[in-house]
Amino acid sequence: MYKIKAKRLLAPSIYLMDVEAPRVAKSANPGQFVIVKMDEKGERIPLTICDYDKTAGTVTIVFQTVGCSTNKMSLLKEGDYFSDFVGPLGQPSEFIEEDIEALKQKKIMFVAGGVGAAPVYPQVKWLYEHGIAADAIVGCKSEDYLLLEKEMKLVTGNLYIATDDGSYGYKGLVTDLLKDLIEKEGKKYDVVVAIGPMIMMKFITQLTKQYGIKTIVSMNPVMVDGTGMCGGCRLTVGEETRFACVDGPEFDGHLVDFDEAMRRSTQYKSQEGRAEIERQEKVTGHVCNLGLGENNEWN
Amino acid sequence: MELKKRVSDREQDPEIRRTNFDEVCLGYSEEDAVAEAKRCLHCKKPLCVTQCPVSINIPVFINHIKKRKFEKAARVIAESSSLPAVCGRVCPQESQCEERCVLGKKGDAVAIGKLERFVADWSRENNIDLSQTLPKNGRKVAVIGAGPSGLSCAGDLAKLGYEVTIFEALHKAGGVLVYGIPEFRLPKDTVVQHEVDNVKALGVKIETNVIIGRTVTLDELIHQEGFEAVFIGSGAGLPMFMNIPGENSNGVFSANEFLTRNNLMKAFKEGYDTPIRAGKKVAVVGGGNVAMDAARTALRLGAEVHIVYRRSQAELPARAEEVHHAIEEGIIFDLLCNPVEILADEKGWVKGIRCIRMELGEPDASGRRRPVEIPGSEFEIEVDTVIMSLGTTPNPLISSTTRGLEANRKGCLIAAEETGKTTLEGVFAGGDAVTGAATVILAMGAGKKAAVAIDAYLKNR
Ligand SMILES: Cc1cc2nc3c(=O)[nH]c(=O)nc-3n(C[C@H](O)[C@H](O)[C@H](O)COP(=O)(O)OP(=O)(O)OC[C@H]3O[C@@H](n4cnc5c(N)ncnc54)[C@H](O)[C@@H]3O)c2cc1C
Ligand SMILES: Cc1cc2nc3c(=O)[nH]c(=O)nc-3n(C[C@H](O)[C@H](O)[C@H](O)COP(=O)(O)OP(=O)(O)OC[C@H]3O[C@@H](n4cnc5c(N)ncnc54)[C@H](O)[C@@H]3O)c2cc1C
Ligand code: SF4
Ligand code: SF4
Ligand code: FES
Repeated sequence: MYKIKAKRLLAPSIYLMDVEAPRVAKSANPGQFVIVKMDEKGERIPLTICDYDKTAGTVTIVFQTVGCSTNKMSLLKEGDYFSDFVGPLGQPSEFIEEDIEALKQKKIMFVAGGVGAAPVYPQVKWLYEHGIAADAIVGCKSEDYLLLEKEMKLVTGNLYIATDDGSYGYKGLVTDLLKDLIEKEGKKYDVVVAIGPMIMMKFITQLTKQYGIKTIVSMNPVMVDGTGMCGGCRLTVGEETRFACVDGPEFDGHLVDFDEAMRRSTQYKSQEGRAEIERQEKVTGHVCNLGLGENNEWN
Repeated sequence: MELKKRVSDREQDPEIRRTNFDEVCLGYSEEDAVAEAKRCLHCKKPLCVTQCPVSINIPVFINHIKKRKFEKAARVIAESSSLPAVCGRVCPQESQCEERCVLGKKGDAVAIGKLERFVADWSRENNIDLSQTLPKNGRKVAVIGAGPSGLSCAGDLAKLGYEVTIFEALHKAGGVLVYGIPEFRLPKDTVVQHEVDNVKALGVKIETNVIIGRTVTLDELIHQEGFEAVFIGSGAGLPMFMNIPGENSNGVFSANEFLTRNNLMKAFKEGYDTPIRAGKKVAVVGGGNVAMDAARTALRLGAEVHIVYRRSQAELPARAEEVHHAIEEGIIFDLLCNPVEILADEKGWVKGIRCIRMELGEPDASGRRRPVEIPGSEFEIEVDTVIMSLGTTPNPLISSTTRGLEANRKGCLIAAEETGKTTLEGVFAGGDAVTGAATVILAMGAGKKAAVAIDAYLKNR
């Protein structure tokens, strides 16, 4: 059993939890993820590691409620337990293997969309702790949905905010902001790391391709085991089939077949959403509007 | 009594069982078991025993059944096997113990597997405590993977007094027994969980949610956590695909994904959250036990199911009993045809599978006649789901994160057959991780041999 040591509402329908999982905390690196399971009947839900404290033995997750499982998860309280919490899964971000001096020569830009700001944070923080100040763009619907601004400010070189409605920072999409920074402000980047909804990552990679900037994306296909056993998470990367859970989740964004990935990620959505509605109607006689994906920023 | 024929056991009617996930074979009653036990000749040199990978003393336990000393029978089996209720159900007995039974020459072999199952079920129902261990010796051994090989290695070492911890990647112990083999062949809560509990009763600790190579490395187990020896029983879980066009369409699953959703995550049961999609018409590609299990699962979820296999029925690698059950339940066999492409609609969902007809040519290295394509014979089968069941290979997670631990080209760990010794001192391996996908009983046999070798290794240290 894995205890929830702290829980915070970061923005409407976006929650942060610190979970006690000493083994995971000890081995965690930026870029990796965990799989959590709430109880006997729950699904295995993959979530990116957003922070970790090796001494306290805790791992931080940030999630957005999109369907049946994430909504149930949002009802857990401080002091409650996850029955299962496994990780760290996947490969750490490429840069933690790189030579620090070489890395210091590079200008790195992180682009986060929606709840993607949470997984971007540990990467930027890791770089900062190694003497590298990366820039970051965080995009979200409106000011209310902005995550971890204070924390990010402390560890970034330049932090740019974009909101869809212009309620804070730049009005528009992260892709437009990145384009402006490069074309109007003459910013140069050697690497872009984009984490967020697949559609956002797709457009970022299209843009950076024009400028020839290497781009890393973090893929989030449907998963079951997270250990390479089911093949459900397979993606096409540069004509080859790769398993996101063991080969990724980070890949060279210019090689990923996003259209296929987006299509595959809908495989269980509507079906489960429908089943959940039916179940709730049966149980409570009340109509549920969960799980139909309208709130799914992450996708 | 007719001596040539075995006592037949009870089975759920095919028309009923195709709509539920309850066990197909209902096993022997006491009377049936005693009657079947009476057929055994108690051979002086029992050939049956030589064919059992864990050398169960078959004539002796059968003799106890004959005298209705079921508890004694259970103790005899427990000396050699820690998972008898499992093996009695899923061992390919016809090609193991029963293959060499003398009675098999003139009629039916003794139903050794069904008798073993009877004894195991009886001792479970009667709460017989079979845990007998030597005093603890304070020495720590780690076992990676809670499948049949890991469980039997751990059980045997615990009996010898070692402090054994099993590290399991999934949230539940059992390996393929919990995620792969379906409920209707191997009930999870009653049979598998009970056998896992028996291993725990010997003092074995099971830490779930620990992935060796990710959560902690093998080196850390030895150098930081004080384990003096390690057994790797991590199985062969990596699914293969055909690499044909359309294979990543929506509605194409590996058998592992399909079965894991259904068995481990219990998607078929009301109240469980994990979804599964069986569709209306399913093609299962492959002809092994795994393909039969996937097909019969899809059938129970309400689909019309076709097995697409490139050789003929005689070459099906699945156990005869499973093929027979599948046919009885209404699985359609499209034999001698091989998929060349999966067809998708404009939204990317499967709408069919294009196959080419095959004929059998000369025997290949495996002795089976090699299927060759008949030019121009392509045709389409309309389906909305495809389940790929082409076999699995070992996961490279451990070998790629452990310096000095060598694997062969197929990813199988290199280990000595009699001892399980790997290329790293103090590290042993067995089961599917070494052989590639094989059987429960071979994995258990490998676990037992390694336990003996680990004991010898640690005594000499
Ligand atoms: C490597 C990885 C890291 C992730 N990190 C985060 C994170 O840090 N924060 C966060 O909020 N979300 C993250 N996600 C997405 C998160 O796992 C899904 O939002 C969640 O599984 C949705 O479950 P649900 O039952 O609430 O939604 P439903 O829409 O009801 O889900 C239906 C089915 O589809 C699956 N599914 C739906 N959406 C996704 C998705 N985007 N990715 C994978 N499976 C999905 C579910 O597991 C379920 O089986 C990550 C996904 C992956 C693969
Ligand atoms: C669908 C299906 C049907 C089958 N039917 C039959 C049958 O009827 N009869 C028969 O005899 N055989 C059958 N088999 C084969 C049989 O189940 C296997 O040969 C047997 O389970 C192998 O045992 P094992 O202990 O080597 O590995 P597994 O049972 O695969 O167990 C390995 C365990 O190790 C864990 N693991 C893997 N990597 C790690 C890691 N890095 N860290 C921690 N844990 C890890 C896995 O999660 C798993 O629990 C079937 C197989 C399948 C898939
Ligand atoms: S374990 Fe398998 S091979 Fe051995 S006696 Fe039992 S059924 Fe036969
Ligand atoms: S070979 Fe057959 S008859 Fe002889 S002891 Fe074994 S089971 Fe009995
Ligand atoms: S999640 Fe099962 S193989 Fe990646």
